[in-house]
Amino acid sequence: MSIVDPTYRNERQNDIDLGRRKAIQVAGGGLAIAFLWMGGAGKVAAAINARRQPDDAAAAAADGNPPFAPNAFIRIDKDGSVRLVMPNVEMGQAIYTGACMMLAEELGVGLDQIKAEHAPPNEPLYGTPLLGGQITGGSTSTRGTWQTLREAGAVAREMLIAAAAAQWHVEPESCAVSRGVITHVPSGRTIGFGTVADAAGALPQPAQVKLKARKDFELIGKPLRRVDSPDKVTGATQFGLDVRVPGMKIAAVKACPTFGGKLGRVDDAKARAMPGVIDVIRIDNAVAVVGEHYWAAKQGLDALDIEWNPGANANLTTEKLVADLMDASLNGKAIVGRQDGEENVSGKAIDAVFLSPMLAHATMEPLNTTVHVTSGQCEIWVGTQVPVRAVEAAAKITGLPVEKVILHNHYIGGGFGRRLETDSVEQAVRLAKNVSYPLKVVWSREEDIRHDIVRPMYYDRISATLGTDGLPSSWRHRITSGTVLGRWAPGAMGKNGMDSDAIESAADLPYDLKNVHVEWVRHDMPDGLVVGWWRGVGPTHNLFIVESFVDELAHAAGKEPLEYRRAMLQKNPRVLALLNLAAEKIGWGSQPLPARVGRGIAVGSPFGSHVCAIAEVEVTAQGEVKLRRFVVAIDTGIAINPGSIEAQMQGGLLFGLSAALYSGITVKDGAIEQSNFHDYRNLRMNEVPLVEVHRIDNDETPGGIGEVGTAIAAPALANAIFAATGVRLHKLPVDRSLLIAGPDALKQTVASATVVAGGTQA
Amino acid sequence: MFVLRVNGEDRTVDVPADMPLLWVLRDVVGLTGTKFGCGIAQCGACTVHLDGQPIRSCVMPVGSIGQKAITTIEAIGETPEGQKVQKAWLDVDVVQCGYCQSGQIMSATALLTRTPNPSDADIDAAMSGNICRCGTYVRIRAAIKQAATGKPEVMQTIVSGPAGGAP
Repeated sequence: MSIVDPTYRNERQNDIDLGRRKAIQVAGGGLAIAFLWMGGAGKVAAAINARRQPDDAAAAAADGNPPFAPNAFIRIDKDGSVRLVMPNVEMGQAIYTGACMMLAEELGVGLDQIKAEHAPPNEPLYGTPLLGGQITGGSTSTRGTWQTLREAGAVAREMLIAAAAAQWHVEPESCAVSRGVITHVPSGRTIGFGTVADAAGALPQPAQVKLKARKDFELIGKPLRRVDSPDKVTGATQFGLDVRVPGMKIAAVKACPTFGGKLGRVDDAKARAMPGVIDVIRIDNAVAVVGEHYWAAKQGLDALDIEWNPGANANLTTEKLVADLMDASLNGKAIVGRQDGEENVSGKAIDAVFLSPMLAHATMEPLNTTVHVTSGQCEIWVGTQVPVRAVEAAAKITGLPVEKVILHNHYIGGGFGRRLETDSVEQAVRLAKNVSYPLKVVWSREEDIRHDIVRPMYYDRISATLGTDGLPSSWRHRITSGTVLGRWAPGAMGKNGMDSDAIESAADLPYDLKNVHVEWVRHDMPDGLVVGWWRGVGPTHNLFIVESFVDELAHAAGKEPLEYRRAMLQKNPRVLALLNLAAEKIGWGSQPLPARVGRGIAVGSPFGSHVCAIAEVEVTAQGEVKLRRFVVAIDTGIAINPGSIEAQMQGGLLFGLSAALYSGITVKDGAIEQSNFHDYRNLRMNEVPLVEVHRIDNDETPGGIGEVGTAIAAPALANAIFAATGVRLHKLPVDRSLLIAGPDALKQTVASATVVAGGTQA
Repeated sequence: MFVLRVNGEDRTVDVPADMPLLWVLRDVVGLTGTKFGCGIAQCGACTVHLDGQPIRSCVMPVGSIGQKAITTIEAIGETPEGQKVQKAWLDVDVVQCGYCQSGQIMSATALLTRTPNPSDADIDAAMSGNICRCGTYVRIRAAIKQAATGKPEVMQTIVSGPAGGAP
């Protein structure tokens, strides 16, 4: 990854000083703004604080009762060991490393000297300010904690220094901190954090602390290695599925395959006779078999004779869902998200419709929850993005007060939004209520995909008129979809019923356009078909539409896609700089490309960051798409860890490419048809291109990064496919039958396709 | 009743012969570093070695193993190649969620054991059975090359970064 010097001075440098709300608005993200609204609407807007809170004493006591625990995040033990409690969850995005860097930078310790801990569920202590709850999602973690965690480290440092200075009878200003040791600079005397921890714990908290200037950072900005890697390469990391509790039994479960369907009759005679099978548990829409181990449970489950009551969705198909969505797009009532200028503008008219599929998350770690329900308590072991929601759900089911629900969070083997839901936790609690022992409920991969809470499908009608210069003189976009926000956080919906997520990156275009009209039609899915957050959320869908259509307009205008975008970005220096950088790095226009090789551009500003991706693909005569090379330029403001940014851009992009190339959830007889990685495919090593990441460095406040690569992947790919073949894709996933070179192409041998060195690398 | 040779130790397990090795390791022996991902040999998360050969333990009946030595992620660092691979994984900072990485490391170690200097095509062939949903493939390729040659091979920020996370 390269770093480029700032190409312009940021205009909005002081936004962070204008108050949190203003800063968040500037950081972008309809989702975040939506949640802020919710925070102001009566629900406790619990949020992290750098200083001691009422709940802190109890939390620290439960966490080993360290002598020094100045706030919810820092624990220093007598032996000087430093434990940092993480407000967000770690699901691969490297937030533990980033959060530790922010805390350690100001505290004055090295990343090799700390241990990261999962936070207990406690909204007042660990609520994410941007989401108004203890929730990890929406690429908000760094954006939401950047100030507070540094301040929390500084508060701790000042107290430790004050304790040492008092002991030495010197001025605190004459002391310095490095790697967990306080030094009285004039005399050279030193003392460790552990030695002064007791004394520091008894001191008042400083009202004001001074945060380091960026030039003085020792950790922030460096590509430091992840704090969670050492255990992950030896298999020692405990994911939820790895929990082993004394006396625990294991359940394999099957829920009604049909959306909203119920369990009918079950004949379990055969299962109960099988060795290792302990119990069969029925709940309203599922049945589970409990075994001494998963294999016994699964064998027992397979031996059940089950009758389902499929209910109202028994005949539901993808075709029906799409037809209804299209009908809503034509006839539904639209809510306007943006209206600038004139509605009717004359000029060359271009229009297109797009269809985006439902998507499953397919996290590598299948869903699972371990629960022990006793008369007075419910104990849960799980990896979740929403620990407090999980506790509340369990309390409701068991009838216990929330204080009697103990939840142990874990490292998460992939979230992507799936673990923002509590359905699997609720199911496990319902099952575990029936037995006396701790029960680990494990979903098979088939169960995990068939009962995903899918990314909704979208139908888009988009049109523009072109002026005499070929640039858009008007822009009109109607999005039609179900709503995730409307179910997940109904209080966060706009007053006019608008779902801010549905129009994110569609209403807030990076281009200088006039006469823009963007609207959304709410079309709820049938009851039982629940739609959910999927990595990149609204922007993953909208950037595909917007950037594909911009390419389409460039083509219609007879303009080159790079120059076309440049012309519309003259007032957006941040994105223009990224476009120019990516074009330079890939060598845009420098030499002719081989036949059926093309490059595609996409730009966007999702999650408070700015990005440009350029894809280079080859499409074989048979329509197979080979990814040759990707160049990504990213401006995410101040980088906490450039290594993590590179990894998130690479991984996020590949996640988006997997979906664009292969993924679509389809429905037949009211049930999801896909079931495992053979029919819900994922990119594999032999298909993966080199992904070069180039970063523009500046002093802007940090933007989000975990979903940016995913959101920008599909349009770059589709535009490259257009450049290679002349075929414009209006539907995902990529339909290879549209890309076949000619009537005889399928008679040619596949082996005649060009294979570049190493199979995948340009 | 079977006696399995797991990471150099004999483990007696009372399980049915058709039970996949994955569940014997995870739920009976208690070695949870080997992961369940798909159950049908599609994702590679469950990869372990039998006499040094990588196999998908989710479809390997325990009754078919016999005297073969089973090596899991917990002990792969005791082999020279495993140690090199784990070190390269840390140096290149490969992991994200980490769930698939046990399997990735087992496949990579087997590759380097039989092909000490793998080409890109060798890496493709050996690693394409291991899915990573986080998309760490670019760094996996870099780490395999680094483990083979001992030098940073691919442009990776982290390679030139400070060691060990220390300031």
